[in-house]
Amino acid sequence: MREQILKYFKQDKLPHVFCPGCGNGEVMHAMAQAIDELGWDPTQILIVGGIGCSSRIATYTIFDSLHTLHGRPVAFAVGAKLANPNLKVIIVSGDGDASSIGGNHLIHAARRNMDLTLFIVNNYTYGMTGGQYSPTTPLGSFTTTSPCGHVEEPFSITDLLVGAGAPFVARTGTLYFNELVKLMKLALAKNGFAAIDIFTQCPTNYGRNNRLGKPIDLIKTQASILVPKEKYDLLEPGDRVGKFARGVIQDVEKPTFLDHYRACILSTRKAVHHE
Amino acid sequence: MAIELIEGSLAIAHGAALCRPGVISAYPITPQTHIVEDLAKMVADGQLKTEFVNTESEFGAASVVLGALAGGSRAYTATTSQGLALMLEVLYNCAGMRLPLVMCCANRSLSAPLSIWSDQQDAMLMRDSGFIMGFAEDAQEALDLHIMGYKIAEDERVQLPYMVNVDGFLITHTFEPVNIPDQKLVDEYLGSYKPFQVLDPANPITMGCFTEPAYHMDVRYQMHKANLESTKVIEEVAASFEKKFGRPSGGLIRNYKLDDADTVVVAMGSITGLVEEAVDTLRGKGQKVGLLKIKTLRPFPTDKVREALSGKKHVVVMDRAMSAGYGEILGSEIKAALYGTPNPPAIDSFIYGLGGRDIHEDEIIGMINRPNPGTHRSEWVGLRPDLLEE
Ligand SMILES: Cc1ncc(C[n+]2csc(CCOP(=O)(O)OP(=O)(O)O)c2C)c(N)n1
Repeated sequence: MREQILKYFKQDKLPHVFCPGCGNGEVMHAMAQAIDELGWDPTQILIVGGIGCSSRIATYTIFDSLHTLHGRPVAFAVGAKLANPNLKVIIVSGDGDASSIGGNHLIHAARRNMDLTLFIVNNYTYGMTGGQYSPTTPLGSFTTTSPCGHVEEPFSITDLLVGAGAPFVARTGTLYFNELVKLMKLALAKNGFAAIDIFTQCPTNYGRNNRLGKPIDLIKTQASILVPKEKYDLLEPGDRVGKFARGVIQDVEKPTFLDHYRACILSTRKAVHHE
Repeated sequence: MAIELIEGSLAIAHGAALCRPGVISAYPITPQTHIVEDLAKMVADGQLKTEFVNTESEFGAASVVLGALAGGSRAYTATTSQGLALMLEVLYNCAGMRLPLVMCCANRSLSAPLSIWSDQQDAMLMRDSGFIMGFAEDAQEALDLHIMGYKIAEDERVQLPYMVNVDGFLITHTFEPVNIPDQKLVDEYLGSYKPFQVLDPANPITMGCFTEPAYHMDVRYQMHKANLESTKVIEEVAASFEKKFGRPSGGLIRNYKLDDADTVVVAMGSITGLVEEAVDTLRGKGQKVGLLKIKTLRPFPTDKVREALSGKKHVVVMDRAMSAGYGEILGSEIKAALYGTPNPPAIDSFIYGLGGRDIHEDEIIGMINRPNPGTHRSEWVGLRPDLLEE
């Protein structure tokens, strides 16, 4: 098993830079396992990261990788996919990278239904820069920029993406490793924009600022925040506060940007050449 | 006044807080983070009364402070590198609208390749923006330039934004004794912000409006002229600051052992401390060497530079940034300033310290004593040996 997973990583680059107890290792592992179980050819995969601790995952895998700018991996990935539609394009991005500075690219890639797979590593904070609040930081929690408790409501990234038109949206956490692998396989295999909001732990910043104890204690908090989708749907609106559905949130079929684009080319050709 | 041993970032935060900005907005980026975290803490502790807005990007932060200034409030932001690049569109607008923002840039290299370490490449993005650009030598000057920055920017004759450049890490993350002025003195010195133009529903105006070709050039000329003429205000402010706070700081240029020097090093930012040591070492060996510190890059102090370097035999310019496809930046500005002056010195220029590459005193001495003065242009110092062809 270990060899099976390790072969997807540049071993001369290991050990990685992540802090002890960080969830990025679990996400990396789950991703490699999902790709392995799907039997994908690593040479046909491009992995794109932005800037952030989680985005550095893209620099450890053996796939072609593009380490881009903070907030821009989705936009870079759109370009790469259009240049070579045969590529399997995976994006790894933090909650800050994807939904604050990069929020604009995120919603438009979902709306256009670009055939991309996006893993959002959501540790509710800007880990790399020292634990400032992000758009997913829970109300009331402590970060270096909310020393008296956070006064803003967090995003539900999955609601945002469903609203923007993404055909596949899911959520889980590092506590649910097997579910994570399963969802990753579904997302990777999806034809169209597919995103997973992955709740994860940042013991060094978020955990410490909120006195949440050891990494394992921090991981366990996911059990009280993440509720299986079927149960979540039955909750009264008041009981949903501070909770998030996990599992597949949205899975529908719709034509991708490339489908529309190809159809447009064909019909234009027909009109011009009277084919 | 109290002298405290503090981190450069905290000195900068004090500098900003003492000026009582009504709105602060920022997005975190290394090595700027400590500055805004210190400010956030002052706000949380009730020491600083201001609206502190953490935005979703630097683009948002720059937009918030622009709006605050247009609404009549003093405003502040800090960033660096990629964050500055992202702010650029707004910052050019800020200068064009003649809004007296003061911002700090913890100078850092630009991607790619990604590096969080210090150089002054990011500052060069702003060279042609209309901002007045000061460069601090140490934490004390970084603090002082904030106070002087508002004084200059808000002067009726100027009305332009001011950028305080401080070398990232080298100044922001080192601890130095810093004299933190009394709030009362700063209040007396600065006064409250009196905007010349403000968005007021009772008296509506448009800022940043569309200009036809018949007007655009003229408005740009006015901004350029105000920037050029601010040299006078910058000198006045350096003098009044020294009088009020009791120490020399900022200004256009500063000299070190320059008067009788034959050879003069020209440099900008925190490196000047190390150059002073090199000057002393060489003077100990009987070499007449001096230093010219560029404290203000825009407006470029052409007259001062000419005056300081006239009659010198040899000038060595050190650049911590480069213009790809050309080379030297400060070097070419110094050359342009001296062009056409009688008997100009031999000029050499060197590019050093990009992306945090260390530089040592013996390397500076090596630049000064390179054989064949006047034949070295944009020479890169400290490159990996395998990249050098000779
Ligand atoms: C334009 C720009 N602004 C700010 C930064 C500084 N920066 C680097 S990573 C980061 C936040 C990272 O948070 P997130 O995306 O949630 O990822 P994490 O590190 O938590 O995995 C920030 C603000 C940057 N690199 N570029």
